[in-house]
Amino acid sequence: MNLSETVNTGYFFGLVPLLVFFPIAGMLFNMIFGGKMSEKAIGTVASAASGLTFVVAVLLAYSLSATHGELHQVFLAEWIHIGELQLDWTFRVDTLSVVMMLVVSGVGTLIHIYAIGYMHEDVRFKDDVRRFRRFFVFLNLFIAMMMILVSGDSYLMLFVGWEGVGLCSFLLIGFWYDFNILGQKSTENAEAGKKAFIANRVGDFGFLLAMFTTFWHFGSLQFDAVFESASHHPDPVVISAITLFMLIGVTGKSAQVPLYVWLPDAMAGPTPVSALIHAATMVTAGVYLVVRSAPLYNLVHSTSYIVAMIGAVTALFAATIAVGQYDIKKVLAYSTISQLGFMVAAVGMGAYVAGIFHLATHAFFKALLFLSAGSIILGMERGHHHLAHGHGDHDDADAHHDEEVFDPGDMRNMGNLRKQMPVTFWLYMAGTLALAGIFPFAGFWSKDEILLDAKLHAEHYPGVYWLLAAAAFLTAFYMGRQIWMVFFGKERTEVAKHAQESPPVMTVPLMVLAFLAVFGGALNLPGSHALTHWLEHTIEGVHAGEFDFMVAGVSTVLALIAIGISWLLYGKNPLKAGQIDPLKKPLGFVFTGMENKWFVDEGYGAVIIRPFEKLAKFLSIDLDWNFWHDWFHNEVVYAGFQGLAKFLADPVDMGIINAIADWLAEITKRSSEKLSSLQNGFVRSYALSVLVGVVMILGYLLLK
Amino acid sequence: MDFELLPNLVTFSPLVGVLILFFINPEKKVLFRWVALLTSLVTFGISLVLLSNFDASNPNLQMVTNLPWIQVAGWNISYYMGVDGLSILLILLTTFLTPIALLSTWSAIEEREKDFNIFFLMLEVGMLGVFMAQDLFLFYVFWEFTLVPMYFLIGIWGGPERIYASIKFFLYTMAGSLLMLLAILWLGINQGTFAVPALIEMGGIPAGIQTWLFLAFAVAFAIKVPMWPLHSWLPDAHVQAPTAGSVILAGVLLKMGTYGFVRFNLPLFPEAAVKFAPMMAGLAVIGIIYGAIVSYYQKDIKKLVAYSSISHLGFVMLGLFALNSQGIQGGILQMINHGISTGALFLLVGMIYEQTHTRDFEVYGGLWKVMPVYGTVMLVVTLSSMGLPGLNGFVGEFTILLGAFGSEAIGSAWYAGLSAIGVILAAIYMLYMYQKIFLGPEGSIVQTVKEHGHALRDLSAREIITIAPLLVLIFWIGLYPKPFFTLIAPTVDNLVLVLQAAMG
Amino acid sequence: MNAVPVNYYIILSAILFTIGALGVLIRRNALVIFMSIELMLNAANLALVAFSSANAQLDGQIFVFFIMTVAAAEVAVGLALIVAVFRTKKSIDVDQINVLKG
Repeated sequence: MNLSETVNTGYFFGLVPLLVFFPIAGMLFNMIFGGKMSEKAIGTVASAASGLTFVVAVLLAYSLSATHGELHQVFLAEWIHIGELQLDWTFRVDTLSVVMMLVVSGVGTLIHIYAIGYMHEDVRFKDDVRRFRRFFVFLNLFIAMMMILVSGDSYLMLFVGWEGVGLCSFLLIGFWYDFNILGQKSTENAEAGKKAFIANRVGDFGFLLAMFTTFWHFGSLQFDAVFESASHHPDPVVISAITLFMLIGVTGKSAQVPLYVWLPDAMAGPTPVSALIHAATMVTAGVYLVVRSAPLYNLVHSTSYIVAMIGAVTALFAATIAVGQYDIKKVLAYSTISQLGFMVAAVGMGAYVAGIFHLATHAFFKALLFLSAGSIILGMERGHHHLAHGHGDHDDADAHHDEEVFDPGDMRNMGNLRKQMPVTFWLYMAGTLALAGIFPFAGFWSKDEILLDAKLHAEHYPGVYWLLAAAAFLTAFYMGRQIWMVFFGKERTEVAKHAQESPPVMTVPLMVLAFLAVFGGALNLPGSHALTHWLEHTIEGVHAGEFDFMVAGVSTVLALIAIGISWLLYGKNPLKAGQIDPLKKPLGFVFTGMENKWFVDEGYGAVIIRPFEKLAKFLSIDLDWNFWHDWFHNEVVYAGFQGLAKFLADPVDMGIINAIADWLAEITKRSSEKLSSLQNGFVRSYALSVLVGVVMILGYLLLK
Repeated sequence: MDFELLPNLVTFSPLVGVLILFFINPEKKVLFRWVALLTSLVTFGISLVLLSNFDASNPNLQMVTNLPWIQVAGWNISYYMGVDGLSILLILLTTFLTPIALLSTWSAIEEREKDFNIFFLMLEVGMLGVFMAQDLFLFYVFWEFTLVPMYFLIGIWGGPERIYASIKFFLYTMAGSLLMLLAILWLGINQGTFAVPALIEMGGIPAGIQTWLFLAFAVAFAIKVPMWPLHSWLPDAHVQAPTAGSVILAGVLLKMGTYGFVRFNLPLFPEAAVKFAPMMAGLAVIGIIYGAIVSYYQKDIKKLVAYSSISHLGFVMLGLFALNSQGIQGGILQMINHGISTGALFLLVGMIYEQTHTRDFEVYGGLWKVMPVYGTVMLVVTLSSMGLPGLNGFVGEFTILLGAFGSEAIGSAWYAGLSAIGVILAAIYMLYMYQKIFLGPEGSIVQTVKEHGHALRDLSAREIITIAPLLVLIFWIGLYPKPFFTLIAPTVDNLVLVLQAAMG
Repeated sequence: MNAVPVNYYIILSAILFTIGALGVLIRRNALVIFMSIELMLNAANLALVAFSSANAQLDGQIFVFFIMTVAAAEVAVGLALIVAVFRTKKSIDVDQINVLKG
């Protein structure tokens, strides 16, 4: 794109479409030529495509800092122009979008590299090597869609990326569409993908309505034009409607109450997917949307409060569920929902920088945690494989199917893994401490900023601080529980004893992420406030907060207490094989609720899904087919017509009209029988009649 | 007295192929396949010439042929053909889909192939005539003419219940068009001309009578669309029709209904259109939701697609009766989109049916693994059908919903709001279908086919050629719909002016 | 010129016609019937010529030519019919040709 411009100005804004075109090119390349390429080549192409995207993002960041963070728009093509509706493919480079680009492409590239190692083994454990290529095709598509999402200059272009990432999420959750999460033949994974897509579509429905309202009241969907117009006509009803509709979209995409239910199921996808899409990038799109629409949210306090409360409630609610989970990825999934709640709460309170800051650090440490969890799961699988096949007869597929089911992700099957997987252990520790908010890890700084804002604005947003603080406490607790269960104590199964460490292609990207998880706080350290100053160019009215030792101290102490309690419960007396969770006894039915996700899925099933299916059945079978198609058309219309036809045919036609005709025929027949004797066939008699006739006529004429 | 060759050439060029086919020995399958295909390709080529001669900035009729035809007893019927922004895309869609549908029959139709090709080309003549005719009487002739070949296509080459389906199709459509005929006669006799542009210019039909005329036309078109609750013929016709018949039925024939609304109902009876807009929009919304929910519960793939058409065409109707430029332009584009997406869906369903001879969901599953190319193509088409941004369906649906949301004529955002639920429901039933066929463990059909001595094969080269043009359009319209909007915009803007005047 | 009065012709014509008519009615032989018909025709011709001459107009004479032509054609067709009947029935007795009776 516009290379000449780049040369002329020394800036790289013209390159922004490449953010989308590089991953698309990588995807197409792998689609077309991937069939004959080795796995390494495929992975390299895909990673390179993602890496080049990161390079472009860096160049953009450089150009932007050199031009004092001024907004740049790059027009690519016209899109939909109808009357006032003027939509273009225009890219937007400002400080906010560049932060997102950097996070997405940076973390994305690391995950691409990791996935080369991960998928290499995963496709072999699941006996379908051909799907290696498909994975990277989807992954590149995802990066492209995410780039459209963050670089779009209008709500509709954002929406393209928004739904596009939803599609990738669907494809990647259902990547092993013929299995369930335990590797048995099943439709469960496919169902999980469908669930994610549909839950997201419910959110998109809200987003669509928000766009319609925006267009008809503000005459545009382009960000600046909308904000400009909104500031001139700040009709609170309209803006509340827009922001609330948008919030539905946010709850769908960013997995907030009440639409969060898809995210735990999304763990059916391969672990790199969980890390990339369902922790680091896609799910933060909702947060990005709120920050992007900050000028609208700033205009109405009531919706901001609703946003903040939804975030805070989600943070606590998901944290409670995370406490009762046994699957290593499920814990992380609920943790993600909870952390997304932090971000949403932050942006709801107007603490946009804190939200974005937490978004970035969370991307680092949660990606790290997920990928490490993936490493653990693969390590367990390797151990399982080692035991099952003894001498490594990999091709013995039949034996594979007869084995009893083994869940490599269940923490109750693990224990003392730090011995078998030391590298992974240290990486996981770094992520855990960051997530738990221990000084000086990245999570500490970002979470602290959110808590600080909640505390400062407690009078405008009552309750948010307490919910978040409780969630932070539980976060530290469930992460402690996880660490003790996975890495300490005794091995609870044979498999755990034979777990094996992962290769460098997987651990090296993890180290990079671990570095970021440890030092990521530097982005916005109190005092320097680099991120705040960077984002000031785009978001109006952000200001650097003061560091408050009280808030920081309280949350650190809370975290330490939580970890201490978890040590008492799970560290001091390690869980033994087959033993029930020590929390079960003291908490009783509360823990049952946590274990079973508070039965929300069951509730949705009873309230929404089954009634919908009944309605669908009623409409399609009873109403449309039996009543309308069969009864009305076949019975009423057709049979009615038949009855009428029969009536007309039998009594009316045969009885009356035909009878008249028959009677006429009878008369004619009888009379003709009489008359026929006149015709005797003798020519002479005919001639005589002629003669008589002639004589009579002549006689008449003469005598007249 | 004007004569312009091109529209006539486009309309009647398939007849040349019919004539040639008459003289070919029915045993020579390859020969008449090619003759029919080439004829339809030539027609497509001529329609491209038509497109290049089309002046997109001119909102009026172009390339007009106007010759006196029946001029007795004060009846002023003329042979009046022409093209404008409302019809140009539909003409192209027709000439574009016909060769594709014909190509798909090469392996699907095995008996009386010659007759099939003849009927098919005749059907094309009828459809093109419908879109070209600018005289009410001429329009009616073409409109009824399309019934005959379609009746035979379903009745001869259809599934087991083809007779029932074809008669139902015929009677339903006939019943509606008779009312339209009455309205046409009223107009022609009272206004002294059957020419549509002249009638529009004349205007001045009293509001009370407009109501009746509007309803008479509307019933005929609503049956064709089909709008809820007049849809009952559609599942039968689609399920029984051969693949190519379904493609044309969904792709073009249904559009004749929606086209009728935008060509006749809106400009001829603007006051009535404004008056009935909320009612029509209401029926459209019911159709959207109803069709979507009913689709979800189908056990037969083709039936699911058929019901989804009801939902999709509900969107088109909603857009048209928004009576603003976003709605109408979106509606017209969505007609094209539906023709492409649903046409492609029927083609794809036909391709798998040829191999498995069943359309029952229960036996399918896991086909993506067995047929990766097929699975990918189907995914794109499914996504296009459910309106994924970046693909064609979205551009249409979005503009329609946007237009309806702020439509003065409909008067309430609730209609569009409820229809947007259709977007969620579309995801539910389309993904349900996709999952049942392609995801999950391998279904029993894979084994069944193996037992019959051959494995399921992926798409053949011919099948890929058949489907590829549709895929190109799916992406093209989704990413860069500007050329399409440019073609229809001036005419629609004119129409909107007429309607706005009627709104007062 | 001392012409024969027209009445004589008329009387002769009437006599001829009566003979012909009686022949048709009485005789059974188709050939004889046929000849009787010819007799009737020529009786009519005689009357026409007589009137024509008496009224000094040519119309009657012209008409006679037509009748003679038609009679010739009639003879041809009639004889052919009689031959055909004879071939099937071996007889030309009209009383036996009565298959058309009601």
